[in-house]
Order: sequence, then C-alpha cells, then structure tokens
Amino acid sequence: MGRPIMIGWLGFEARVAVRFLREGRMQTVLIIVGVAAGVAVVAYISALISGLQRNTLEKTLGAQAHLSVSARDDVVIPAREPLPGSAALVQTQPRVQRPRSIGNWQSLVPVLEATPLVAAVSPMVSGAGLAQRGEATKSIALMGVDLDRYDRIVNLRSKVVQGEARLGPGEGIIGRELADDLGVRIGDRISLVTGSSSDSLRVTALVDLGVRELNRRTVIVPLRAAQSLVGLPGGATGIDLALTDVWAAKTLAAELAQRLPYKVESWQEANAQLVSALNAQSVSTALIRSVVMVVVVLGIASVLVVSVVQKQREIGILRAIGATRGQMLRVFLLQGAIVGALGSLLGVLLATGLIKAFTTFVRGSDGLPLFSISLPPGLALAIAGIATLCGVLAAVAPARRAAALDPAQAIRL
Amino acid sequence: MTRAGPPLIELADIRKSYNVGLANEAEVLHGVSFAVERGEFVALIGPSGSGKSTLLNIVGLLERLTAGSYRIQGEETSGLDDAGLTLRRRAVLGFVFQFHHLLPAFSALENVTLPALMREGRVAASQLERARAMLAAVGLGNDMHKRPGELSGGMQQRVAIARALVLQPPLVLADEPTGNLDRASSDEVFVLMRRMHAELHTSFLIVTHDPRLAARCDRVIELVDGRIESDQQNIAAAC
Repeated sequence: MGRPIMIGWLGFEARVAVRFLREGRMQTVLIIVGVAAGVAVVAYISALISGLQRNTLEKTLGAQAHLSVSARDDVVIPAREPLPGSAALVQTQPRVQRPRSIGNWQSLVPVLEATPLVAAVSPMVSGAGLAQRGEATKSIALMGVDLDRYDRIVNLRSKVVQGEARLGPGEGIIGRELADDLGVRIGDRISLVTGSSSDSLRVTALVDLGVRELNRRTVIVPLRAAQSLVGLPGGATGIDLALTDVWAAKTLAAELAQRLPYKVESWQEANAQLVSALNAQSVSTALIRSVVMVVVVLGIASVLVVSVVQKQREIGILRAIGATRGQMLRVFLLQGAIVGALGSLLGVLLATGLIKAFTTFVRGSDGLPLFSISLPPGLALAIAGIATLCGVLAAVAPARRAAALDPAQAIRL
Repeated sequence: MTRAGPPLIELADIRKSYNVGLANEAEVLHGVSFAVERGEFVALIGPSGSGKSTLLNIVGLLERLTAGSYRIQGEETSGLDDAGLTLRRRAVLGFVFQFHHLLPAFSALENVTLPALMREGRVAASQLERARAMLAAVGLGNDMHKRPGELSGGMQQRVAIARALVLQPPLVLADEPTGNLDRASSDEVFVLMRRMHAELHTSFLIVTHDPRLAARCDRVIELVDGRIESDQQNIAAAC
C-alpha cells in the first residue's frame, strides 16, 4: 500500500493509447489525415503570407530609408494669442515650404550613428528639377548623396542594371525609364535645371528601383552638386537612416522626434496605407489559422468522444484490474497528442509539397517565381507543436469522461 | 485454522441502496456480514436478483457501500477516495469476470502483463517470465501470442485467471467464471482455480448459481433477497 502510482513514466498509458488508436484503424487514419490537412493549410498560408509580406516590404523598403530626418515644416506663428475669454477670427495663409537645410547636420550624423538600432546614416539633399536632352524635357526628383553612405541605406549598387555606380564630380546615376525617355546611354550627358541654377552631368549607371514611377524621375548626383543646384550650399535637406530592425522604425522615430528639434518620419508613416494593408492581411491570416485549428480540435475531440463510448468496457476492465483515474485520463490525452503529432508531421510534409508546387508552377510574366516562399523549420516546428497541443486540448473532455466512468457499470455493458 | 491478525476481508452489516434520496430508492443488501480468511475457497450462491453481483462489486471495491463497514486486512475502506480504492484493488484483488473481459487489442501474454505494466510503467523481465509461467500453468503455453478473438471461451477464461493471479494477490474475485462456458470447459476452468488455490494459497470468492460448482467449494455462502440465508463449511469438498 502507499506505493507510488507510477514509476515508469507513461509506459502503461503509451502502450494502451497506441493500441487503442491502432484498433480504431479507419477512424484513426481519417482523423490523422484531417489534422494533416488542417496543419498543411495553416503552414502553407503562414508561409505564403509571410513570403508575400516580406516581398512587399523588400520592394517598398528597397527604395527608401527606414527613417528620415528633416527640418521641421515652416509654420505660421500667430501674431498674438487671443485674450482669455475672447475669440479671435483669424485667417492664415499656410507658409510656403522652401527647401531648408537641417541646422548643424554635420554634427548630427555621428549622434545618429551612435544611436542603438541604427545601421547606416546618409545625409542627402533633395529637390525638384528638370532634366533636358535635346528637345526632351522631363521633370525629375533630384537627390544628392554620398554614394557609399546611400548604398548602405537602399543597397543602390545592387540595383544598377547598366553601367557602374560612380558619383565623381559632374557624374550622376539615373533611373532606367528616365534614360529611355531621354534616349540616354551610359556616358551620355544631360542637363539639369532647377529654379535657381543649372548644371550638366554624365550618366555613369542606370538603376532599377523596383517602382516604375521612381525609375522615371530619379536622378542621383553627388551631394555637393545637389547643394548648388537646390541652392543650399553646405546644407542637407534630410538624413536617411537604415535600421537593424525595420519594425522598430516607428518607436525610434517617436523617440528621436522627442529628443531632436527635427521632423522624424518612419517608413510606416510614409507608407501608412501599405502598413494597414499588411496588418489587415495578418489579422485575416490569424483568423483563418484559428478557425482551422478550432476545426482540427473539434475533429479530434469528436473522434475521441466516440472512442471513449466504444471502449467503455475496456476502460472498465482496466479500472477494475487497477488502473487509476489519472492513468485513464492520460491514456486519452496521449491519444490526442499522438493524433496531433502524427497529423502535424504529415501536414508539414504536405505543406512543403504545396510550397514546392507553388514555386514551381506559379511564375510571373518573366518566368521567374513571383516571390520566394518557404517554410522555415522554426515555423514548421511551432505549428507542429501547437497542433500537438491542440490534440491534447481536444482530448481533455473525452479523457475526463473516460476517467469518470464507473468501472462497475462499464463492465456490465 | 488459528487466526493471526485480522481476517483478509471483513464485512459488517453492509447495506447498499440505489437511487439514494430519490422516489425509487431501493435497498438491495440489507445488512450483510461475513469474513474471509487467508486461503479460503468460498462460493457465493443465490437466485438471480439476490444481490450477489452487487456484493461482489462492493468486495471488489468497484462499488461503494451505503452503510456498514468493510475492512481489508483490518483497514476500513469506506472512507477511501477513488485513488485509494484503486490502490487497494491493485494490491489485494484479482478479478475474473463472466464474459472473460480481456482487452481485445492485446495478446494473451500482453493481457497477463497489464497489471504489472500499469503498476510499474514497464514490464520487467522477471514479470514477463512470471506471466509466461502463469500462462503455461493454465495450459496456454503455446497460445500466448494470440489475441483473445483467436481463443475459445474456455481459453479466454484461463487467460483471465492467469491475469488475475499474476501479481499473486491474496484474494481473487470471480463473477460467474464458468457461466458462459460449456460443461467441459467449465470443469476445466474450475479445476484450474482449485489447483491455483492449492499451489498459491490465494483466497477465492466465487459467485455462481451452479450448485455443482458450489458443492466443490470449501465454504458456501447463500444470499437470498439481500440477506445471508446460510453460511457453512462444506465438509465434503475439503480434501
């Protein structure tokens, strides 16, 4: 008497659980296939959506900074505050936003570089202008940068489709579509005109920034050339930052805006619509995943409920010859876990197959895969773990029923 | 036999009612008292509906009594919870049922090793050896890997006896162990139980309505309408 109830952990439970499942044959096979289908859907959707989102983000962030710092907007300062208790009717004309330099930007750069999470810092001058060649005139977005620094922000060198990225004095890099519009080849010269000045440059490289509209307007010149074209000698209109974690941009922007007297904008604010679309996508994915998991749980539960009813007599015998309630409970919990684990193993294999099929058969107009999707082992493991846990959860109600069976009554049946 | 310590089991004024507190409350045992000593071979007889099976379930700790006292080896059981009852059942009792009640998914040998498995979580080599020996002793040495479905009724009942005895409990409870068998198998099974009793000194409490079998037990308790009608030693059977 008083011996410990279990010495070899789950030895009895495992043996009986496996035997019960094997005895259930068709029932067991069907539910494992059902779990596998559910797990495959969840794994495939997770991989697809994360691939899609990563791809979208890469495309979006490929051509822009994670954070940009610029001078605060000019605002109209009211002539005087209205007296307390009185109202003043004021009509204000918004101020013109002229190009302004960030005050003291040379000393700001090292400060930003020393900020945690910041991977790269690139001062730049941007402005509007026209590019001319022969009779063609195109409006452009002018950017003056230090090539090495800017390369670390948007990986410019990898986007070169023709020529060699170089920004010596009098040289420039332009978008691929702009080159087509102006009929320019590598080494050709074009004229740049801004409101205050004009210059000419020799094209050293054509780039593809991933967005046609950007390719049609982008002209990248050395910082100094842009300063004189825009009329801000020695100035910088903005500082671009790349971060080690793109999702930290928003909080870091708020933090910097508080600490520094500048306007700080994160990529999330600059692409609010995209971010909300991504969020909506994530929410609906989560919804689909949880609905599928609920269905899986219900499926496992219903099979086990039936199994408890079918096995009442066996449960009664086991209880009579000395199985504890805890042991019967664990026999059925374990069945849930086994079904969940086998189902998720099969499901992950199925999902891997689906992903393989997707990347093989679904291709863009250029014959290349639309975007890469893959099932990271960590994600597969997490999904399998959750599915197994769901199996155990599904088994709770049937297992409790099995444990509560009155052995005397169960035997009589 | 001189008594050393408390009897193996001791029931005093056992009452059992069903549907307690309801309009159809019915008392099926009206104050039953008896004791079984170590090594006794007892038949419990009576017409159907007399409460034999209920009494056996109470002795087997499968049902709780409504009033009275039930002591196993001197220990009162009526206050025990389910886990406590299960542990006593494991330690003291072996069961043989009318309908064999083997697990169909397990072979004969596996059925016989189940009690050890549920106790230890594994089947030690010595336990496996003992299970084999037990099956050989009941004449199933060549069929121990067969599933119950592949065995005849008599063979299944012998497996059940081997399972009940494998951990050598002091008391085996049998509910109509031959009730479902033809005469030849029935005799075989009964002879086997007597042999095991002689070899292992296990006490047996056998519910039967077969007077032929009862006549071959050492002691016969007769239950009628939930009361003990007679309880006497059977001189003829004692060899």
